[in-house]
Amino acid sequence: MQKRFTQKYLNNRGVAYLCAFVFLCVAMMMGISIGTVSVLPLDIFNIIGAEILRLPISNDVNPMHSNIVMNIRLPRVVLAGFVGASLAIAGAAFQGLLRNPLADPYTLGVSSGASVGAVLTIFLGLSIPFVGTFTLPLFSITTAFLTIIVVLFFARQIDRGMRVETIILTGIIFSSFLGAFISLMIALTGDELRQIIGWLLGSVSMRGWDYVQIILPFFIIGSAMLIANSKELNAMSFGEERARHIGVNVQKRKMMVLIAGSILTGAAVAVSGTIGFVGLVIPHLTRLLWGPDHRHLLPLSMMTGAGFLILADLFARTIISPTELPIGVITALIGAPVFAIILIKRRAEGRG
Amino acid sequence: MMYSLRQINGGYGGKQVIHDVSFEVEKGQLFGILGPNGSGKSTVLKMLSGLIPVTSGEVYLKDQPVQNYNTKEIAKIVAVLPQHAEHSFSYTVKEIVSLGRYAHQSGWFQTWSEDDEEVVQQSMKQTGVQHFAHKNITELSGGERQRVFLAQSLAQEPEILLLDEPTNHLDLSYQKELLDMLKEWTEKKGLTVLSIFHDLNLAGLYCDQIVLLNDGKIVSNDKPNEVLQEARIIEVYETEVKKHGHPKVPAPQVVLIPEEKWQNEEIITPAILMVNEEYITLQSAQPLRVMSSGVVGSGIGWYQTFVNRHVDKSYNCDDFYEEMVDFLIEKGFEPSETVGMMTAVYTDDVIYGFYEMDLFSVLIVVTAGVGNAVDASMASKHKEVVTPGTINSWIFVNGHLSEEAFIQAMMTATEAKAKVLMDLEVRDKETGTVATGTSTDSILVAATQSGEKIDFAGTVTPLGKIIGKGIYECTQKAIHKSRKRKKETDDD
Repeated sequence: MQKRFTQKYLNNRGVAYLCAFVFLCVAMMMGISIGTVSVLPLDIFNIIGAEILRLPISNDVNPMHSNIVMNIRLPRVVLAGFVGASLAIAGAAFQGLLRNPLADPYTLGVSSGASVGAVLTIFLGLSIPFVGTFTLPLFSITTAFLTIIVVLFFARQIDRGMRVETIILTGIIFSSFLGAFISLMIALTGDELRQIIGWLLGSVSMRGWDYVQIILPFFIIGSAMLIANSKELNAMSFGEERARHIGVNVQKRKMMVLIAGSILTGAAVAVSGTIGFVGLVIPHLTRLLWGPDHRHLLPLSMMTGAGFLILADLFARTIISPTELPIGVITALIGAPVFAIILIKRRAEGRG
Repeated sequence: MMYSLRQINGGYGGKQVIHDVSFEVEKGQLFGILGPNGSGKSTVLKMLSGLIPVTSGEVYLKDQPVQNYNTKEIAKIVAVLPQHAEHSFSYTVKEIVSLGRYAHQSGWFQTWSEDDEEVVQQSMKQTGVQHFAHKNITELSGGERQRVFLAQSLAQEPEILLLDEPTNHLDLSYQKELLDMLKEWTEKKGLTVLSIFHDLNLAGLYCDQIVLLNDGKIVSNDKPNEVLQEARIIEVYETEVKKHGHPKVPAPQVVLIPEEKWQNEEIITPAILMVNEEYITLQSAQPLRVMSSGVVGSGIGWYQTFVNRHVDKSYNCDDFYEEMVDFLIEKGFEPSETVGMMTAVYTDDVIYGFYEMDLFSVLIVVTAGVGNAVDASMASKHKEVVTPGTINSWIFVNGHLSEEAFIQAMMTATEAKAKVLMDLEVRDKETGTVATGTSTDSILVAATQSGEKIDFAGTVTPLGKIIGKGIYECTQKAIHKSRKRKKETDDD
């Protein structure tokens, strides 16, 4: 009996990972193939096989296609994937840590915090020696981390119980404040205006492989830290006191999760601007589909988040082609109603 | 010694809540912490689990200062059952219970061993949650959730279990179930349980040792019976209580006394006595404090209805209690509020007398037959045979009797009854000596518990005098009457 249960369990998990993986692959294929110039999936395989894996494939592919895939679509899809994965896993971790299905880098103000760092870097033309291109993400990450610390500190001052609504409210107040701060900087800037605005709206277009290189190390460090803490996140989603009684070193683990979340958010914001609601919607849907266990929720959210943002980007650039919508518009159009639904559901549960 | 607290002081945010608290908890004890709200119970518990540091003094866990342990090490020894566990996401029961194994797993790639699985299954079985192992926590009732978190605590394989008012949100049956379970584990597995109690009576019923706190200081640290002294509880909780024994087990119980005393206006008089062929009954508008030896409703309690039922001499029922309850129900009486007696005497032969004094009045009701009279001093010569009672005496007092007065009233009545039999020369057929009563006499003393406080009812006290006189007169008349009837029926 027990064995059968375990097997069923494993099978379900297997199915979950398979679904998420297939979704991600399909999204990637669509993202690469669809556009003003369509590239057939078979060609994509050939191009990738030849260019990346250096397989001895007879190269009868159109060189223009090869160029489009390798220099425009693939880096764009990969970047969107990393950004989506970063935001989704960070969102899932914040939600678990704060026992709050409405928490995400955007609603907590972390994204805005990261933006301030990024805008400051661009505005002041900062560059740390030896770090070079990583100056931008490092600044974003630092300001992101400072923001979440300040938001949580204020929320605790307002309400020791740290209720869901209090944290969200504090996050939104900080978002507004930091947003105003960014506007101020934009008003003061002259030459860099276009760069800042384009970046603020959130986009993964025309970034190229350089940006993939920027986000990659932070993505690996951040998600590894979170996945290493998935059991602790499970425990902490029953409250910090409970987690401590079970044996979790709450102070240390909480700090790790906050730092990792900030690394992921900061790096994502640094390369793509503020893209909202991915970290809210994806973990929520993943939890609904496959349960709240963080050991699986985090990797699954990562995959579905990546796929989701790739598709969102696809919509953003095709829906009113040739004009491109900022990707943040698409995610907000989907995310805000979901946010409202979760809020209403929680209220209903609270009353019942 | 599992826990040892040595003069600890401390509190939250600079405010000192706990002052010089010292106590020790031994292995296998069910240890209770009591105290009014704000007395520092929860603070002490949080200090024990290391959640709040002490500002001075030492907490020793298994002979080691508690700060020498890290969080995981503490979790392997001490489990804490929360009063009200948060659950923000819909984890399954098994996922929640499995989290209890956290402290026992180590390394970056914490693998789930067979041992872990075994312990989790065992914990779920012990708490009776294995049936819904794959259900979501959100689908469960409050009591079931509590058991899930108890299973989680057990999965930690702790030596000590800390609980903060574990029965707070539970139904009566779950409260008993949980505490019975904890008690069993302390006895059988040597688990040490330390719990805060809100309910003094539950603590009195289950604890081996109790610490009573007030204003962050220890008021008493002793066995339940010593801690739960009436005067102490009144002082600490600043409320009127009365202590008495538990009716079934030797445990102290403390009951509240409501401020508003209901005035019992009604006076028990012969006017409310009703007699028909089957039974004599008296129905009071309000419950009376009663001490009796009836078939139903015997002992001490509060009763409203009193029934003396006529049964045939040949009445022979193995389970006369059941039969009597059935009879009461059939006649429309509520057995839990009724004192019921049986007599072979005809109900018409009842004799009653009403005695009015300045401060109190007494109604005495007697049915008497002396068919199986016995001399108590020679009773060893009799075989034990149960036959319907023959002298049933009811004494209703419109007054407020002390417990002593109840007992003295019974003694006085018994002596007066014996004197009647002596004066009438009723003989014990077996021994030929003068009888003192019959083999199955019953007595009932009931009081309205309002009006004059009567502390004593010995033979020469005002109440004793009336009871002695009344019982003598009524019993004498009653025996005459039943003898006359016996003669008539014999003549027929």
